[in-house]
Amino acid sequence: MGTSLQPTLYLTVNGEKREVPAPDVRATLLDTLRERLGLTGAKKGCDRGECGACTVHLDGRRVLSCLTLAVAAQDADVVTVEGLATDGELHAMQRAFLDHDAFQCGFCTPGQLMSAVACVREGRAGSPDEIREWMSGNLCRCAAYPQITAAIADVAERAAENESTPAESGGGRS
Amino acid sequence: MNTASPAGLRRPDGPAKLTGTARYAADTPAHGAAYAILVGATVPTGRLTALHTEAARGAPGVSAVLTAEDLPDMPLGPLVQPLPMRRSRNGAIDYEGQPIAIVLADGWERARYAAGLVRADYADTRRPVVFDEAPDAVEREPLLSPPDETKGDVAAGLAAAHTVVSATYTTADRHHSPMEPSATYARWDGDRLTVHDSVQSIGLTQLALSTAFGVPFESVRVICPFIGGGFGCKGYVWPHQLLTAAAAKVTGRPVKLALTRTQMFTSCGHQPTTRQTVTLGADARGRLTALRHTSANAASLHGDHAEGATEASTWMYASPAIEVRRRIRHTDRPEPTPMRAPHQGPGMFALESAMDELAYATGIDPVELRLRNEPETDPLTGRPFSSRELRACLLRAADRFGWRDRTPEPRSMRDGDELIGWGMAAATMDTFRFAATARVRVDADGHVRVECGTQEIGTGLPGVIATIASDVLGTDPDAVEVRFGDTELPPAWMTAGSSATMGVGSAVYAAATELKEKLKELGVSGMGFAGSLGAAGFLEAEAGWGPEEGSDLAGRSRTYSMHTYGAVFAEVRVDDELGLVRVARCTAGYAAGRIINPLTARSQMTGGLAWGIGQALLENSRFDGYFGRFVSKNLAGYTVPVNADIPELDVFFVDDHDPHAGPLGAKGIGELGAVGAGAAIANAVFHATGKRLRDVPMGIAEVMAAGAAR
Ligand code: FES
Ligand code: FES
Repeated sequence: MGTSLQPTLYLTVNGEKREVPAPDVRATLLDTLRERLGLTGAKKGCDRGECGACTVHLDGRRVLSCLTLAVAAQDADVVTVEGLATDGELHAMQRAFLDHDAFQCGFCTPGQLMSAVACVREGRAGSPDEIREWMSGNLCRCAAYPQITAAIADVAERAAENESTPAESGGGRS
Repeated sequence: MNTASPAGLRRPDGPAKLTGTARYAADTPAHGAAYAILVGATVPTGRLTALHTEAARGAPGVSAVLTAEDLPDMPLGPLVQPLPMRRSRNGAIDYEGQPIAIVLADGWERARYAAGLVRADYADTRRPVVFDEAPDAVEREPLLSPPDETKGDVAAGLAAAHTVVSATYTTADRHHSPMEPSATYARWDGDRLTVHDSVQSIGLTQLALSTAFGVPFESVRVICPFIGGGFGCKGYVWPHQLLTAAAAKVTGRPVKLALTRTQMFTSCGHQPTTRQTVTLGADARGRLTALRHTSANAASLHGDHAEGATEASTWMYASPAIEVRRRIRHTDRPEPTPMRAPHQGPGMFALESAMDELAYATGIDPVELRLRNEPETDPLTGRPFSSRELRACLLRAADRFGWRDRTPEPRSMRDGDELIGWGMAAATMDTFRFAATARVRVDADGHVRVECGTQEIGTGLPGVIATIASDVLGTDPDAVEVRFGDTELPPAWMTAGSSATMGVGSAVYAAATELKEKLKELGVSGMGFAGSLGAAGFLEAEAGWGPEEGSDLAGRSRTYSMHTYGAVFAEVRVDDELGLVRVARCTAGYAAGRIINPLTARSQMTGGLAWGIGQALLENSRFDGYFGRFVSKNLAGYTVPVNADIPELDVFFVDDHDPHAGPLGAKGIGELGAVGAGAAIANAVFHATGKRLRDVPMGIAEVMAAGAAR
């Protein structure tokens, strides 16, 4: 079975141009990030779209990278959890997760963070119930859910208080 | 919603976890490793007669397809789960999913594709033995308390009782389902083996590997700083771990293996279904005259896994007569294993449901009923309690929840179409304690470093370690560096059984205290002592801690009745037409000794409550008795709580200090939170609907079938 597509796949990840020589056409964006580009922040919890651990941003939208073929991301802007902090400064959402203890084992956390940032940006963080609903695609078996909800509400409230500062203040390309 | 940040030490490992730099087993760079996928048996019984691997071997990028014949004999160390691929087993199939081949290739895509090309022939498959039909049996070597324990005359106690309630309760098969599927990376350098793994005990894994491959203990290094959740399924050693190391050995190349989510349902245990009967007799004032609790759980055909569901019934309530009986039933299924919360998780669902039934039968408030049966000493053994603050948990949690506003009559509280139910239950968990060692070092510039061969599973252990060390040494906890997750560090035992704060924490306490003494001898006080530490430029102390002589194998005290306690109150809302049950809020108070870091301790309890909600309403791994397999081996069919399932949770700790559990006064908390919520919710459903549901989970279908909704 011929599985090699073309000599090189070009991706833009966290603002950087990256090359993947001899890509496998079947490779998901998740496996490509993790195994070819050394970006292991996005996690593989199920590899079939059920858990959200692999969530990344594709042109600013949250997507499941395990259900996205790498070749389909060729012209898009990919942002992973590694791209949230800037110059060693945690993103406001990362800071809120730390302060609210919104993670335990940390395995779902990269996906939760990417979803959380998108959730605020989508305008779906207006109330705790709305946050719970729009964050329910990201499973957390440690069940840090109340803390995740509180962290997002905190970031959303502060963003609303200061309209001039966008929700993703604190840096980051996302 | 209160969005103020809670108090306590932020996780020292937080920034790594939040930026994607925390390294989990599957994140290990391949560095020329082959990617390995296991191929599992598609039948639950019988024999493997032929394995067709030619197509897979010929697929692009495949370096090897290994079968039982290719692997060395691997003797099993303690707590290693049976290795079905061993040649000696003669092709016998013990469970669906049992590994029959390992495919090694360059890249996951190629390994996955080739694994799909392996074909197998089977013979002698038979109808599986299932739980409902299997006879009760006794474990061959009980790991827990004796299967049968009695005190007094239960028959007489029941005969003399004013009120008797007796009912049978069941809990479902459940899967741990940590978000991180197990993964192992193995590399041999001559006779030295290095393994990156996701395990709750790097030391046990090291022992298992050195035993399996006949190499010295020191030649095996296991690295696992972070576990992406385990909840018990990474506690013992499972076949895929040894198979990865074996594959690396026979191919002479590093191997990286990850279980698929589907394989997680057959490869590393589950909490088996239980069937329990509780019979309570009480006098006119609700004081118990007799308590009988029997339990049977599903075990594998060759295994002995027992859920100690009856254990807490020997220490929870004062009764002149107590009888417990624990059985297992051998069935065709993968091996079960302890899961948060083992023993008391399933057991307290039954006992606390029965107590609620007794409360209604006697007309006594459920909180009051429990207070009236509070024992002075351990009801079975007569031993003193090391500390027991259940009464404070009950009273304070009832107060915070607003229990006094409850109208006890079922179906008496309502909000529009929704029936409201308020229920409560007590919680308790056994106290397992394991030995640990730790090293604490201070540099001339005051930098403090703690080293311990434990692993961080999400409980916040690094923060607990930093807090303890800084308390002793008088430093800033944020400045304490904590190293863990490597067998080159001072050894510690499992991160399991809610034991880490006691074991590891006490070892850190001992080492830090010794270091402080050494500093005193040098005439150094305080941490500003540049240059005063001599030529070495640092000072260090290593010390250990373990449970006292005479404790049992699991470190349980034989002098004191030593447990943790709690009280859980839940409000449910039941749609009167749809039968949908939602938990609207919970209040829970816990007594678990001294709490070291309130921030992460609270998270342990809220997480545990969510596990209780899952037990009560969602988690049911359906087992097909005809095909002998779990039906929904994925996270869509096996439903675990999502964010929208978990309401506001009001959690608090009462003052408690257990001077007998260890030098810190602390006990374990990780599993306690997962006890009690199941019964509290079931009891709330009874209050809401007037129907007693004795089988969990209570899905819509079950609620409708019971006629609980209108
Ligand atoms: S790994 Fe992509 S959704 Fe689970
Ligand atoms: S923090 Fe462990 S799964 Fe979410």
